[in-house]
Amino acid sequence: MFEGKKIVIVGDRDGVPGPAIEACMKTTKGEVVFATTECFV
Amino acid sequence: MDLEVQKRIKEFAEKYGPENVVVILGGAEPEAAGIAAETVTNGDPTFAGPLAGVSLGLAVYHIVEPEVKEAVDKNVYEENVGIMEMVLDVEGICREVKKYREQYSKYKA
Repeated sequence: MFEGKKIVIVGDRDGVPGPAIEACMKTTKGEVVFATTECFV
Repeated sequence: MDLEVQKRIKEFAEKYGPENVVVILGGAEPEAAGIAAETVTNGDPTFAGPLAGVSLGLAVYHIVEPEVKEAVDKNVYEENVGIMEMVLDVEGICREVKKYREQYSKYKA
């Protein structure tokens, strides 16, 4: 899974933030190309 | 979903090809995660952003979905997602995101 894929991360300040998802996805076979954290207020 | 983020996702799909892009969400609520999943597959349901009427059909998952968890290093996952996994409505989030993925994703991760 994720092999050769470009990974786009849309984290959430009140859920799982971008950097936490990025750390996880860097351990897969995909390449993280973008990570952000949205903030719903 | 933030309009600037929609714009970036559209650009990535054009640059790398939609079949090569996978979106991973971290939304706190099932409804918000579902709307984000709908936006990157069928288009922006609020018709406010660059993805309004644009069905990219991208592969989309939430970080708490079992197939994603399985692909990630166990220790790194526990360290970064473990606590939130305990407080989020994992079942509801998985159900919402899967619903849109199965209905509108044209590509697989």
